[in-house]
Amino acid sequence: MSKIPVTYKRTDLQSDQEVKWCPGCGDYTILASVQNFMAEMGISKEKIVFVSGIGCAARFPYYMNTYGVHSIHGRAPAVATGVSVSNPDLSVWVVSGDGDALSIGGNHLIHALRKNVNIKILMFNNQIYGLTKGQYSPTSEEGKKTKSSPFGSVEMPLNPMSLAIGAEATFVARSIDMDRDLTAGILEEAKNHKGSAFVEIYQNCNVFNDKAFEQLTNKETKVANRINLVHGEKTVFGEDGHKAVVIRNGIAQIVDTKDVDESEIYVHNIHEENPSIAFSLSRLSHGPYGPTPLGVFRKVQRDTFTEEVHDQIDNAKEQKGEGELDKLIRSLGTWDVS
Amino acid sequence: MSTENKTVESIPAITIRFAGDSGDGMQLVGTRFTDTSAVFGNDLATLPAFPAEIRAPQGTIAGVSSFQVQIADFDILTPGDNPDVLVAMNPAALKAHLHDLAPNGMLILNEDAFEEKNITKAGYKVDPRESGELDGYRVFQVPMEKLTKEALEEFDLPGRAVLRSKNMVALGLISWTFNRPLEDTENWINNKFSKLPEIAKANIKALKTGYNFGITVEAFHHTYVVEKAALPAGEYTNINGNIGLSWGLIAAAKKANLDLFYGSYPITPASDILHELSKHKNFNVITFQAEDEIAAAAASVGASFTGKLAVTGTSGPGLALKSETISLALSAELPLVIVNVQRGGPSTGLPTKPEQSDLMFALYGRHGESPLPVVAAKSPSHAFYAAYEASRIALKYMTPVILLSDNYVATGSEPWNLPNTEELNELETNIITKLNTEDGFLPFLRNVDTFARPWALPGTPGLEYRVGGLEKEEGTGNVSYDAANHQYMTDMRAWKVSNIANDIDKLEIHGDETADTLVLGWGSTYGGITQAVNRLNEKGVKVASAHFVHLNPFPDNTLEVISKFKQVIIPELNTGQLLKLVREAFLVDARGINKVSGEPFTAQELTDKIEAIINE
Ligand SMILES: Cc1ncc(C[n+]2csc(CCOP(=O)(O)OP(=O)(O)O)c2C)c(N)n1
Ligand code: SF4
Ligand SMILES: [Mg+2]
Repeated sequence: MSKIPVTYKRTDLQSDQEVKWCPGCGDYTILASVQNFMAEMGISKEKIVFVSGIGCAARFPYYMNTYGVHSIHGRAPAVATGVSVSNPDLSVWVVSGDGDALSIGGNHLIHALRKNVNIKILMFNNQIYGLTKGQYSPTSEEGKKTKSSPFGSVEMPLNPMSLAIGAEATFVARSIDMDRDLTAGILEEAKNHKGSAFVEIYQNCNVFNDKAFEQLTNKETKVANRINLVHGEKTVFGEDGHKAVVIRNGIAQIVDTKDVDESEIYVHNIHEENPSIAFSLSRLSHGPYGPTPLGVFRKVQRDTFTEEVHDQIDNAKEQKGEGELDKLIRSLGTWDVS
Repeated sequence: MSTENKTVESIPAITIRFAGDSGDGMQLVGTRFTDTSAVFGNDLATLPAFPAEIRAPQGTIAGVSSFQVQIADFDILTPGDNPDVLVAMNPAALKAHLHDLAPNGMLILNEDAFEEKNITKAGYKVDPRESGELDGYRVFQVPMEKLTKEALEEFDLPGRAVLRSKNMVALGLISWTFNRPLEDTENWINNKFSKLPEIAKANIKALKTGYNFGITVEAFHHTYVVEKAALPAGEYTNINGNIGLSWGLIAAAKKANLDLFYGSYPITPASDILHELSKHKNFNVITFQAEDEIAAAAASVGASFTGKLAVTGTSGPGLALKSETISLALSAELPLVIVNVQRGGPSTGLPTKPEQSDLMFALYGRHGESPLPVVAAKSPSHAFYAAYEASRIALKYMTPVILLSDNYVATGSEPWNLPNTEELNELETNIITKLNTEDGFLPFLRNVDTFARPWALPGTPGLEYRVGGLEKEEGTGNVSYDAANHQYMTDMRAWKVSNIANDIDKLEIHGDETADTLVLGWGSTYGGITQAVNRLNEKGVKVASAHFVHLNPFPDNTLEVISKFKQVIIPELNTGQLLKLVREAFLVDARGINKVSGEPFTAQELTDKIEAIINE
């Protein structure tokens, strides 16, 4: 990363391409959050690479004045792995949708996370296939009526936070499009994280799945439903903190604060090595319905794939010396014919 | 040692096949005999054949593994047709291979394995040694297991370990019979088991036991020698196609001043490329074992975007998975080499057998109008140059290139007269570090000669650009749905590839140029076709051959070559894929010789079939 901190104006990070999402789409808000954050992130823009798959969300790279690859459906984590391991100096960001990351690209997502490739994955979850005009996705709720499920979806949705934690992810967080401060804070934490970061961002698709996250954005309901996970702080939420999270027998539960001893209230620790509590927190909601945790679930240190690959290369060079072709082609033994 | 009764007959060439259970170590025996013969100075070619199962039931035909080698005192191109010598370690090996043994061929049997149980397992109703079916061969029964046990009595080794050395007895006996010294193999054993000196000693004892059996048993007193071949002067190594191909990629990266990235998912028979490349990290090679072939290709596209010589390797089923990603590289105009080591298909097919049935797939196996260059390796040592050439084209023209090999090239071996690496051409790239117009960077502003677009690498200030699979506007590279632009870009992608015809080696004619008949081939049939044409020419039959390394585009003199002949014959290990292409492109009434049995052509088979067509 560049030594002299660079700062930009937000406009420096905007490409000259017209943004073509539907008016009112949550993607605009996220784009603004990312551009604002990147203007101050301290990394010069030629070192930033955005990689995406296919979908509405996946158009994102075209709007960033950085390097970018708009690849194919579901494969962005794999493309980004190639970018990151090829040039560890780059700041590599993946933008994906719920269909892109969890359906067609589920395999690549879990392997990028488990390998701890140094890439930051932002998954815009609108619980719908936007670009293909409104089919249910792997995060759509059971019973969801869409064009491809006129009688309601009969599928159990995935819980992206649980999946990421189960896939050995070292950084797992959730934000929501409308909360720019939360998004900015999480992006900052993700950027500083060594290894892969998985950030789910709830994103409103006002055309095909409007108000999916209303419980978390509506003034009247959001206080009761947002469980803000803050490292080092007691996890209380609701009006005047009248609700709290406690861990009983290893399982996170929501209780009335008044019913428990203060010492029992869960103090969030993102650095806890054992993933069980983070996993249990992820089970407090299964979609944005009722009390839902937002913030960083987990941030732990592990060697990154990117670094380890290069350590092996450096070691090999140290031990064997820089490779020489003439030696290589003779390495299986030779004989002379005169 | 009394060797006085020994006679030595000098013969120009011999083909030996070692066959046994997968666990019998036949590949090892074959490789050892090959290496000793190579060092001795013979020309040679090898053909290993393994079962697809790692450990098929012992003693069954499914579990038989074999290794064939031809050694000669002249220049040869194939591992031989019908073996002159068959070493069969058990009844199943005999049953699987006897039909190939040449008339009056030498048949060496491990007689200890011919117990009733094994005979039945192999599918024989009666002991083949008594049924008369071995009449017409020179049969030598050797109690290999008994000899091994006796010889290794003095060692404190478990029974199974002892029996494992019986392959060394076989190797010793063959070494005696063909007058090959044991030193080379002894050194090899000492090296291999340097940490297990007891095992090393036991194996050497077994090796010598086989050799001494030849000395003592009169039946083996007629021995053979194949003299040195008059190969062109040079320094040689014995190379197989997977290793040759891997080294070609490393060389190409070096000569392009780039680092190599190889993304792959294990699959027979391509895995050895991944294994080989992962050893050479000191060449700055990154090997990436992906979660599947899609990811392997996708990561390679990512690597290419950052400026690596990016290569993704696989076999047929994996190529199917890579198809969409190859289209992305093609549309984004990024350099990428896709290696397909062909095997028998469709579906899982015959994983360990050679076939040339992915030619059409390489050319056309993508959605949309998506032409790309296709290069094919024609022999194990040529795989080095084919990999180099595929990389050259990819980098110079900013395009994905498919490099075809097959199981025969990949696992077969031959002596390779080593090149002077300084004479390998430097490879050009399109890397750009500055703006290409006064007004800014145009990522799709093309080189006027090659039509290649510039390659801007992340990390270069001022050239930040976005690229993807949506149609791009010529010049700016911005997403464009414009009708005229799509027509133009489609045509441009096709021109770019067809223009390469001017920049590749011309098609050369081998054999009798005045003949009426041309035998046209591609890929691994090179050895067989060339040998067949040589044999026919020696017999006075007028025939010539030409062999494609480039299958898209064809060399620009192809029509000229074809027009010189009245008849074109195309032998292929498929149902006629090059045949269709040639008929379509050059409007000739070409004839095919086709075989899809999972086996390569033998030179004699081609000789006979070509001659039959000529004589029609
Ligand atoms: C191989 C392939 N299959 C299907 C499609 C069609 N397709 C494009 S985007 C998409 C779903 C996108 O949904 P999501 O990832 O949730 O993104 P969103 O549009 O909601 O942002 C599908 C099915 C495609 N482009 N490629
Ligand atoms: S379809 Fe939905 S997700 Fe896509 S741009 Fe429109 S509002 Fe946004
Ligand atoms: Mg979606």
